[in-house]
Amino acid sequence: MFDNPAVLKAIFGRLTLDQLPLHEPIVVATFLVVALGGIAVVGAITYFRLWGYLWREWFTSVDHKKIGIMYMALATIMLLRGFADAIMMRLQQSLAFNGSEGYLNAHHYDQIFTAHGVIMIFFVAMPFVTGLMNYVVPLQIGARDVSFPFLNNFSFWMTAGGVVLVMMSLFIGEFAQTGWLAYPPLSGIAYSPNSGVDYYIWALQIAGVGTTLSGINLIATIVKMRAPGMTLMRMPVFTWTSLCTNVLIVAAFPVLTAVLVLLSLDRYVGTNFFTNDFGGSPMMYVNFIWIWGHPEVYILILPVFGVFSEVTSTFAGKRLFGYTSMVYATVVITVLSYLVWLHHFFTMGSGASVNSFFGITTMIISIPTGAKMFNWLFTMYRGRIRFELPMMWTIAFMLTFVIGGMTGVLLAVPPADFILHNSLFLIAHFHNVIIGGVVFGIFAGINFWFPKAFGFKLDDFWGKVSFWFWVIGFYVAFMPLYALGLMGVTRRLRVFEDPSLQIWFVIAAFGAFLILLGIVAFLVQIAVSIRNREKLRDTTGDPWNARTLEWATSSPPPAYNFAFTPVVHDLDAWWDMKENGYKRPLEGFKPIHMPSNTGTGVIIAVLSVATGFGLVWYMWWLAALGFVGILAVAIAHTFNYHRSFNIPAEEVARTEAARTRLLAGQA
Amino acid sequence: MTTTLDTPGTARVYHLPEEHEHAEGSSTSLGFWLYLMSDCLIFAMLFGAYGVLGGNYAAGPSPKDLFDLPLVAVNTSMLLLSSITYGFAMLAMQKKLKGATLAWLAITGLFGLAFLSIEIYEFSHMIHEGATPQRSAFLSAFFTLVGTHGLHVTFGTLWLVTLMVQVGRFGLIAANRRRLMCLSMFWHFLDVIWIGVFTIVYLMGMLR
Amino acid sequence: MRRFRIFALLPVLFALGGCNFVVLRPSGDIALQQRDLLVVSTLLMLLIIIPVMALTAFFAWKYRQSNKAADYRPDWDHSTQLELVIWAAPLLIIICLGALTWMGTHLLDPYRPLDRLAREQPLTKSEPPLEVEVVALDWKWLFIYPQYGVATVNELAAPLDRAIDFRITSSAVMNSFYIPALAGQIYAMPGMQTKLHAVINKPGTFEGFSANYSGAGFSGMRFAFLGLSNADFDKWIGEAKASGGNLQRADYLELERPSENVPVQRFGSVEPALFSAILNMCVEPGKMCMAEMASIDAQGGLGLEGVNNVLPRALAYDKYTRRGAVFGPEPTFVAGICTIEELEAAKAPSLARIGVPDLSPLTGAGLTPPAYTTIRAPSMSLIDALRPTNS
Repeated sequence: MFDNPAVLKAIFGRLTLDQLPLHEPIVVATFLVVALGGIAVVGAITYFRLWGYLWREWFTSVDHKKIGIMYMALATIMLLRGFADAIMMRLQQSLAFNGSEGYLNAHHYDQIFTAHGVIMIFFVAMPFVTGLMNYVVPLQIGARDVSFPFLNNFSFWMTAGGVVLVMMSLFIGEFAQTGWLAYPPLSGIAYSPNSGVDYYIWALQIAGVGTTLSGINLIATIVKMRAPGMTLMRMPVFTWTSLCTNVLIVAAFPVLTAVLVLLSLDRYVGTNFFTNDFGGSPMMYVNFIWIWGHPEVYILILPVFGVFSEVTSTFAGKRLFGYTSMVYATVVITVLSYLVWLHHFFTMGSGASVNSFFGITTMIISIPTGAKMFNWLFTMYRGRIRFELPMMWTIAFMLTFVIGGMTGVLLAVPPADFILHNSLFLIAHFHNVIIGGVVFGIFAGINFWFPKAFGFKLDDFWGKVSFWFWVIGFYVAFMPLYALGLMGVTRRLRVFEDPSLQIWFVIAAFGAFLILLGIVAFLVQIAVSIRNREKLRDTTGDPWNARTLEWATSSPPPAYNFAFTPVVHDLDAWWDMKENGYKRPLEGFKPIHMPSNTGTGVIIAVLSVATGFGLVWYMWWLAALGFVGILAVAIAHTFNYHRSFNIPAEEVARTEAARTRLLAGQA
Repeated sequence: MTTTLDTPGTARVYHLPEEHEHAEGSSTSLGFWLYLMSDCLIFAMLFGAYGVLGGNYAAGPSPKDLFDLPLVAVNTSMLLLSSITYGFAMLAMQKKLKGATLAWLAITGLFGLAFLSIEIYEFSHMIHEGATPQRSAFLSAFFTLVGTHGLHVTFGTLWLVTLMVQVGRFGLIAANRRRLMCLSMFWHFLDVIWIGVFTIVYLMGMLR
Repeated sequence: MRRFRIFALLPVLFALGGCNFVVLRPSGDIALQQRDLLVVSTLLMLLIIIPVMALTAFFAWKYRQSNKAADYRPDWDHSTQLELVIWAAPLLIIICLGALTWMGTHLLDPYRPLDRLAREQPLTKSEPPLEVEVVALDWKWLFIYPQYGVATVNELAAPLDRAIDFRITSSAVMNSFYIPALAGQIYAMPGMQTKLHAVINKPGTFEGFSANYSGAGFSGMRFAFLGLSNADFDKWIGEAKASGGNLQRADYLELERPSENVPVQRFGSVEPALFSAILNMCVEPGKMCMAEMASIDAQGGLGLEGVNNVLPRALAYDKYTRRGAVFGPEPTFVAGICTIEELEAAKAPSLARIGVPDLSPLTGAGLTPPAYTTIRAPSMSLIDALRPTNS
């Protein structure tokens, strides 16, 4: 039966043995490492009998805190994958001179730079910021959870499903070789007939569902669940930036969904949206994808602007300077981010008036951004700055980000863009803002809120090691790229002719190596901190003498966050409580109504991955089965009307009494 | 609320002694509105694609050669009537009349199915004539926009059936009323989108 | 001993110093003006960037926790004057930069014909600009010189101080035509025509390449751009003519096949309408040209009978294993009624512009108001004659 090609095709679609990259030694070695690591992890979990615990307490959890932590863990794992791609690119580019082809062929190299971009944006930066928002926002607004706790769990698993599909592409078939935005006609079926672009499409579609729903969820949470007294203009800045970010998510991700649907129709059904013939328009794709793509960069940067605001005022021991203008600046950026998308392709020939319009709107964004920069500056002014790790990351950010901002405005001048577009100058620019902005902000956020999440601080020494390697590594890796861009070197090249360029690529590769050490030091920092957790223990719940509500509860916070719903009188609600000698209530606890855990999110995500995999490989039975399964599980889920339970008052009292003892012991 | 909490002269209250309940589902209508707006954006993109590509017939047929306006008018009336009957279902729900609610929902579903049947007939007729989605960018955009709307109606119908089962089994409890409300918004939303489709694709297509 | 170790770094410095910052030291007037704009914009922004960086460092140092002498005002969070300054200062810079951008974008619009050959060297009317038709192929560049009837692959030459008009398209996927020493880049897209006006002022061999990733052979998609004196240019044209190759449609379809790291090729003669055919995507025999398709579509298509007006794609080559979508039909194309020569010959002057809109009125063509007369109502006489009539 199995020697009949028709049967094989019906079962496996176009998946054949030669689709497995057995001939690529690098991929095979990677597979072995991942497989061994995976077996070790699975073995350890089985040995320590953790499956039940993980399933009950984490995978099915609807607790926003646990989901936030899972997002952060996912992003950290994918950071390793994305960075492996980065360092392979740097190595290839520093070797491929003087007639050498380097060590990667085009098929492999082109997948690597595509995967690097896709993974770093969608599966590192996005889950990092979503994780931070998920963890912090409900605590900051004094809520028990998000508006739709099940949806939150589901969103996470859909993101994880996208990750699974991307990782599968490494070992089964291939990833797209199109660049991270997959411009047609190159990404069309005529020029990319294999499974790579399909993996790209379905991974992003599955993860995109999660992102959109999580955006809706957080908007509803911020609008509806704020503690009494927290008016809009008393919301912490991080909550404000999160609100704007999620508005951007809800108003941008459907665009991505739609444009990828059109691309997949072109690839599967043979429609003519973006084809060359039959009246299709590839330029429409470029416009559409950037209508999503530009807001996307603000989706990444706005939350970390919030992080820096919280960190600066906390560690300067001062109220945030110019809160109102900070809020307006955020809102202005949110709106303007929809009016600039064309600056990504001035060179498409739109004409001078159109180009100048988009160039100037882009520059206008730098005004509110500049105002924010000054606000942080004047928050430091007349403060008492403690140089703890989060503050160090913030200072590094302020010094680095302005350079990225400047080169960004430079690229917004169309004639300057004509000579720098797609060059390594551009690469240096956006890594300058994404590493110098988003990544530094995420590390500031992790170091800042880690004690809240786990009850102990992160190790200072290794944190500083990581900090210096990252910061110095960033400059060593990307300043040469600015220079190379000015030498007219374009991006995504695999081999070079001019030997005088090599030294710059070698320096950049060395910088990437320094960043690698920074990442390793970060992992060591976490390991060392877990080992020394008793020494680093924070019993107060407020290790930094901070200002906002999340620091009013214990570290880690109980499942219900706050025993009594807090009442807010001031922007810095917790600071205000401390100033006015607020006493924690010790009795009168009431039962607390909480959502129950559910495995539906995991199940639907697994089915989505199966559907996606079926679609990638033309295994129609699998796709159909998966899709019907999703519908069936979703409908079955709606028949469950009992989705919440009460935490009894005695249990709340017990938890709070334990905290009282802890606080007394530390006093 | 803040003014009462901040009354000068009184000590500030920093927590509520009683449990501050966010009633279950209190965010649902806001959340569902947000979802509808995100869906609306998907349609906006499809309308955009149709706007860009709608004149690219690739030397093939144009709307004038393909569209059968009387049929589309019948189709439109099916959908509009289904919106009205859904409205009656909601009125019955307000009066706590389970049987009437179910009956009106069933009628709504039938109108929805009629709409879908006519649409499927229209599509199959066009494909039979050779005007397939692959023939030109105009046809690609047409089938995708109208088809996506039809897909929404299909899922709406599926949802409607599910809800009828749930109302039948558990009655007009608060959760079911909330769900009926959401489906109502979804159904009317599809109606609004259809009016856009009817105007921009069919009417303006014939005028082109 | 230690102090000499610094000299170990010298080779590195030499290596760095030996680099050619071509974007900052270009050889063509357009690139030079773009460079100037780049530098001026940078300086303008440094006006605010440097103080911000300095203040950041200074405040971080001055208000460190251990400096008990520094002022500490934990509740100071607002100052109207300061707020005005922090919004106004960036605003002023952006106003200047915005004005600069508006002017620069219009003056350096690649669609705008040159008005000077170099600083203080206005364009002379006597010499017509050199026309070059550029086609980005998978993965090499084809240059056609319609005034000389020659074509080259992966080598481009131009005489010094003579305006060059590039008309650019692509055969399959998007590329970007870029010679850093000459002028900024512009995309090369299939079925679309982009334009670039430039001039080279210094002799030399410069590098040109595709600046937009286009697939496996992208890295090798580079060519030499020669800036030659008039005599040398004539010699170069003569050599091309003497090379004897002849680029007809069939040869083009052969050339179009994907190939990597292609050496320089020269063709002594070229089929005259080849570029138009490439641009209109109708080099394959029997395929409808885009200009024709656009004018038919503007008239409302070919009706229901038109659905059958497709031919199976007779693959001149099979680029990959499969070109069609899994649920789609086998690859086809729309059959043409006129050939490109007929379309050209009919020379309804704007016919070619229908499929490929001439954007120059939109581009403003500098700061002078554009003449809107260039786009005329499409003349349909030719097509009308050929269309099946219903009346």
